[in-house]
Amino acid sequence: MNEPVFIAGTGVISAIGNNVTECLDALENGRAGIGPMTRLDSVHKNRLPVAEVKLSNEELASRTGLPAIKSRTALLSLAAAQEAIRHSGIEDLAAWRCGFISANSVGGMDKTENFFREFIADNNKGQLHDVVDHECGSVTELVADALGINEHVSTISTACSSSANSIFLGARLIRNNILDVVIAGGTDSLTRFTLNGFNTLMILDEQFCQPFDENRRGLNLGEGAGYVVLVSEKVAATMKHKPEIVLSGYCNANDAYHQTASSPDGTGSYLAMSGALKKSGLQPSDIDYINLHGTGTQNNDIAEGTAIKRLFEPTYPKMSSTKTFTGHTLGASGGIEAVFSVLALQHGVIFPNLRLQTPMKDLPFRVTTELEKGVSLKHVLSNSFGFGGNCSSLIFSKI
Amino acid sequence: MYIRATGNISPQKTFGHSALAEAPVAYTGNRLACIEPDYKEFIDPKLIRRMSRIIRMGVAAAMECLKEADIKMPDAITTGTAYGCLEDTNLFLGRMVEFNEELLTPTAFIQSTHNTIGAQIGLMLQCNNYNNAYVHRAFSFENALLDAVMLLREKEAAHVLVGAIDEIVNPSFTILNRFGIYKPGDVSNLELYKANTKGTIAGEGASFFALTAEPSGNDYAKLEGLHTFYKPAGLAATEKQISGFLQRHAVSMQDIDLVITGRNGDAAHDEPYAQLTQSLFGQTQQLNFKHLCGEYPTASAFGFWLAARILKTGNIPELLQASAAKPVKRVLLYNSYKGSHHSLSLLAAC
Repeated sequence: MNEPVFIAGTGVISAIGNNVTECLDALENGRAGIGPMTRLDSVHKNRLPVAEVKLSNEELASRTGLPAIKSRTALLSLAAAQEAIRHSGIEDLAAWRCGFISANSVGGMDKTENFFREFIADNNKGQLHDVVDHECGSVTELVADALGINEHVSTISTACSSSANSIFLGARLIRNNILDVVIAGGTDSLTRFTLNGFNTLMILDEQFCQPFDENRRGLNLGEGAGYVVLVSEKVAATMKHKPEIVLSGYCNANDAYHQTASSPDGTGSYLAMSGALKKSGLQPSDIDYINLHGTGTQNNDIAEGTAIKRLFEPTYPKMSSTKTFTGHTLGASGGIEAVFSVLALQHGVIFPNLRLQTPMKDLPFRVTTELEKGVSLKHVLSNSFGFGGNCSSLIFSKI
Repeated sequence: MYIRATGNISPQKTFGHSALAEAPVAYTGNRLACIEPDYKEFIDPKLIRRMSRIIRMGVAAAMECLKEADIKMPDAITTGTAYGCLEDTNLFLGRMVEFNEELLTPTAFIQSTHNTIGAQIGLMLQCNNYNNAYVHRAFSFENALLDAVMLLREKEAAHVLVGAIDEIVNPSFTILNRFGIYKPGDVSNLELYKANTKGTIAGEGASFFALTAEPSGNDYAKLEGLHTFYKPAGLAATEKQISGFLQRHAVSMQDIDLVITGRNGDAAHDEPYAQLTQSLFGQTQQLNFKHLCGEYPTASAFGFWLAARILKTGNIPELLQASAAKPVKRVLLYNSYKGSHHSLSLLAAC
């Protein structure tokens, strides 16, 4: 039950790059992907900046082989999942018990919201192919089918912590000897549904977000997908380059405070982080870097920060929110940030928390604002918290 | 693993732990709606008003289950829903389109996320423990159940609250109907399997279970095995999956007293069941359940409840209008959905 689970490959697509190499380059050079809305057709176009993936659906379709009329959520997912599998170097997935576990928050909503324009006016109108993949699970299946994976296919949706939970589940399926290889992570494309939802909550920043800043105003929404290829020790032993990073800890806890707001003391965040440490057998002082949930909302950053203070005081690890680059990619964020955490370990880098002007007064620590290279990192903690009080933390370790 | 308690809101009188009705509730038409209880006993009236129907149903079924289990704080909560909170989703989406992204309020959006029911249960119980939501079509319930089974095996939990919830609302019914999923006209649910025509009837439900690692001496049933398979190549592949599952759990069809099947009245969908009756299931009594709850992606949770209920007494409730050929000690639940999602659960009397 406690055998190591290795990270054999990573794949990512986000506003800062269409693959791992491009994303790493942007992270190391401080290039954020946030900007004016160009693809999403919304009345809030000129007011709310977003972090869009630069490729059109047609471009994603020609790269992945999926038809361009399919949900952008599936197109993004397939692009990142294909890269993760390629990168893993596993030649024959079919030789193993292989699963695909994905996460998303609103499935094929990008198509459904177009369908609804006609459907509302006349219930006999609207193209059915626009709603055929509305279900979250349907988006996952489009990708699983394209990848040829059918042994185990699953979808998780716990709002913004979704894909941290899918990675965590993947590791448990391996440890329970149900699967040998799992491609796990998540995806979300920008939709008017989500943009307007967050807009009604008044937590969207009209400027570029400033997580962990005293004067932070909210978050910028983003889109993308991120996956890791998890393998058992048995699979790792057959690989030419034995993977050097393991998922050493994980925990899912619930804040049980409010449907959307975090408790002021960050109970859920604290329980998730401390639970992940316990699972990995590590002490707080062993953590070298925290990839923060760090959305930039008043509520999240003080709750997360307070929980970090309670757990790590007086010695703090390096910390930053890469949402300053990618925006908040919701159901994809745990997957994308898992890939970034692995990159930090592989390359010995701490990514900067961009645009910080005034550190938060109520917190005793500072986030990292400049790229740090040549750092010896052994353990990285990645936080993902969401609506419904869902809080999950993952720990990646170098062996 | 043991099923200690259940809570089930369905189109039948299944809620509450009194004796089941003698006859099934008859419906005419292609849509079965849940019979909702008086929620006041389970939920604070102030909260009820704010909750949409699916949240109320899910929370009430969960509370009823925990009450019967005498568990105040479950070690984990896992839920499955394929469609999620459709009423709130439709409300927010409809207004957004109608008012061109203006004049929107957050309530419907907040409650539209797929983890809302698990989250609301956690919130009501002040439960900080593990909480996860599965949304994979007709595997949603099975995936939530598998998570619970693993948590018990890992000794991360001693008891887990597992549930499945799906609702049907007007716009979604209209859209699904346009796909030709449901039988047209005045269908009787009691005649569902006789028509031999295309289409099924729509249903919904909220079914919760308390799954525990240790027996209590008063459990419904023991869960011996769980398996899902996706898009089998054909009948031979399905048979291989079923035989393989039985073999892994060291049982043969002779050891099974009852097969509960996911027939839904659609001629093409039900054809493989007829073929299995010629082969694997030939010597075993079979029972259908979707005339009681209708077809929906997490309907297998109703079947799971039925299996547990039968195993508790060893008899088939009169509601099913069938009698057991012998005392029922072991049940195989085999559900399929749209030919692509298949699940098997093996349950035994305690």
